[in-house]
Amino acid sequence: MCVDHGTNHSHYHHGHDHNHDHDHHSHEHHHDHEHEHHHHDRKIEVKRDILSSNQAMAERNRGYFEAKDICCINIVSSPGSGKTTLLEETIKLLKDEMPIAVIEGDQHTTNDADRIAAAGVDSLQINTENGCHLDAPMVNHAAKEMKLQDHSLLFVENVGNLVCPAMFDLGEGLRVVVLSVTEGDDKPLKYPYMFESAQVCIINKIDLLPYLKSDLAKLKENAMKVNHHLEFFEVSAQTGEGLSAWCDFLKSKIQK
Amino acid sequence: MHELSIAMSIVDLAIEEASKENAKKITEIEIEVGTWAGVDSEALLFSLNVTKQYSDVLKDSEIRLIKREPLMYCSGCNREFTPKVQYTDTCAYCNSAQIELIQGRELALSSLSIQE
Repeated sequence: MCVDHGTNHSHYHHGHDHNHDHDHHSHEHHHDHEHEHHHHDRKIEVKRDILSSNQAMAERNRGYFEAKDICCINIVSSPGSGKTTLLEETIKLLKDEMPIAVIEGDQHTTNDADRIAAAGVDSLQINTENGCHLDAPMVNHAAKEMKLQDHSLLFVENVGNLVCPAMFDLGEGLRVVVLSVTEGDDKPLKYPYMFESAQVCIINKIDLLPYLKSDLAKLKENAMKVNHHLEFFEVSAQTGEGLSAWCDFLKSKIQK
Repeated sequence: MHELSIAMSIVDLAIEEASKENAKKITEIEIEVGTWAGVDSEALLFSLNVTKQYSDVLKDSEIRLIKREPLMYCSGCNREFTPKVQYTDTCAYCNSAQIELIQGRELALSSLSIQE
């Protein structure tokens, strides 16, 4: 082992710097290298999806939620689009009609979970520290810690980020992307993966439309270019406008 | 920076596959990354070179990213074409809307070279 280690070390001593060298010049070097290994190395085909372990856990979560008739909703958006306010107001309107629980994802602080608790439902904060998204194992742990009720709504408020959370299935039944009208009509084209992977798009802060150059029709058109199955709700979590249609939609997800 | 958690998944998968083969060392990892997989190749490579250091099996391995360019297939005219923009909605040849992306979204651990 020591000997192997020695020879390999001379190759890799410089960590990633070395690797960059590889990319830029010296194809030859590369060939030499492969040659050297050829005798004792065996190549095995793996062909495994890299996100498969997250996906497997997501399917476990999904099965658990389905069995308990829990509608799990993964809420994704940029920071500051109004996800937490939307949840607070949704909870006020629905908490007497059905059990609701919320899993909050943020890098730091329990501010959001505290706000949700103040709105009167169970909440659990996940702090991802340096992580930029929630993944299926995190939701699995959180769901085990909470006493989730049958026939209930479970909101998972993802880390505010329009890029990374798109790639990680949490096992949700529904992915909802929240976009506020202040963010620009072309956001769906700039961050297409998120809009592509969602089923519902909530356009928030519509009370600000009179003060903005924002074009709602254009925004929707852009979102439809990326995903023509999207269902839209236009709301203002602040004034309550449009929330009843959104709440009716949520009720229809549970009463089955 | 979701590339870091993707790198960690790759490390886990590689170690799992290597142990199935009773490998002592992994000398090379080949990873397929589609242009539209939503992953930044440079960030992924950087993250892999950091995360592999935590595994004795992996730390001396060479990482090769195989890029997969987007390719679409049109069932209207049975031809393949390279789409110019990501959300292309019609065939470059016959304008048919019956098109699908057949390559360019890959994110897979393709192969490992191992020493037993």
